[in-house]
Amino acid sequence: MGQALLIDRIRCDGHGLCAELLPELIRLDDWGYPIIKSGPVPLSLVGHAGRAAEACPVLALRLAGTAVAAPRPIP
Amino acid sequence: MELISAAAGPERLAAHRQRLGTLPSLRPDALIAELDESGLLGRGGAGFPVGRKWRAVAQRSSGGAVVLANGAEGEPLSRKDRSLMAARPHLVIDGALLAARAVGADDIIFYVGVEHQVAAAALRQALAERPGDVRGKARIVVAPAGYVSGEESAAVHYVNAGDARPIVTPPRPFERGVAGRPTLVQNVESLALAALIARRGPAWYQGLGEGRARGVGLLTVSGAVNHAGVYEVAFGSTLSDAAAAAGGLSSNVRAVLLGGYFGGWAAAEEQWGLPLDSESMRARGVALGCGVVHFLPAESCGVEATARIVTYLASQSARQCGPCVFGLTAIAEATERLAARSPQPGDLERVRRWTAELPGRGACRHPDGAAGLLHSALQVFADDMAEHQRRRCLAISAGVRQAVA
Repeated sequence: MGQALLIDRIRCDGHGLCAELLPELIRLDDWGYPIIKSGPVPLSLVGHAGRAAEACPVLALRLAGTAVAAPRPIP
Repeated sequence: MELISAAAGPERLAAHRQRLGTLPSLRPDALIAELDESGLLGRGGAGFPVGRKWRAVAQRSSGGAVVLANGAEGEPLSRKDRSLMAARPHLVIDGALLAARAVGADDIIFYVGVEHQVAAAALRQALAERPGDVRGKARIVVAPAGYVSGEESAAVHYVNAGDARPIVTPPRPFERGVAGRPTLVQNVESLALAALIARRGPAWYQGLGEGRARGVGLLTVSGAVNHAGVYEVAFGSTLSDAAAAAGGLSSNVRAVLLGGYFGGWAAAEEQWGLPLDSESMRARGVALGCGVVHFLPAESCGVEATARIVTYLASQSARQCGPCVFGLTAIAEATERLAARSPQPGDLERVRRWTAELPGRGACRHPDGAAGLLHSALQVFADDMAEHQRRRCLAISAGVRQAVA
């Protein structure tokens, strides 16, 4: 199942780091707000998409379909 | 007429019961099945099948769901909801009670726009006539003024936190709404129609339409007609019929706004025979939305009319999302410059580009609605827009109106 980039449009403040880190899928409008290419994230870009989501200063960007990290088992 | 009335004042409980009998006690699944079969579509603007919506809430409810009867009616050209609430409040209450039974709700909220005082008073009086068990689970919440207060997540947000601004979804109200419970947000006209279908059956509703269309509904007809007002029409009757119902046209008409500011313009010439039903309209790329039918007189300029609407829509942004705040403002300013025949070079091109960038970029569908309106204007008034970019106006040069100095 593909992963999708989801954005919380209210949290988004137009910082623009996402477009810097993922120019293949995200570009900025005239006011610095992201325009995201629709559709699932190509496999080759999933890593970059994850990093773009982590870089967002207000946590507005999310890569859906990402599993929540499981707690490490105690060795 | 089922939904509105020529009588002055609201219909009281005794008259309502005498005319329609008591509400049948259908089982929830039977009731939802009847709504499915009737083909009843929501009348708040989105036209979503009512039975399907009730089922979605019922499936998630374990008895503590909520029904929010939406009578906010923030669309400036629409008057049908307030007319319905003012004339037949008991029909609306019946619909809400049916919905509550169908989805397993113990809390009913009538969300009425602050400006609709006659409607609110009629509902208040009608609720007071009902027995204690109904009064105990129903309340009226006054919706603040503003275009987006009637948006479903805004309505829920207002009830929860006193803030009538849309919120990010998912989860949508049918999953988690008032007090975190599954909430059915349904337009008051949809509820009234459900109350009639429960009594008379789905075949009755279907039979009311003309041709292959099903059902009846309320339109607010305005603009270049002799008697602007709220009219009940059979779906499948035409745009021409709607004009006739409103006393006929008062002047030549070039364009008609269908569905309100959340709808779009259509060229009158092409659409006189347009059957007013969802299927026929969808095939022609238009929609009835909340039932607004506004005829633009030929002597009015479509660019000016559009500029006024877009300026209003920009002012009504909840101001939570950049693309809406900045995008709509920029588009409104450029469209106003075009309307005034003092555009900057490239204004029309910029309006096209910015409009194309609006859909899907807000938390709610406000920018999408504006984009739809603008897109239709760019098509229907394409020649006028091009002339305005050249600092001229077709309506003026056609000699049908005086130039404003």
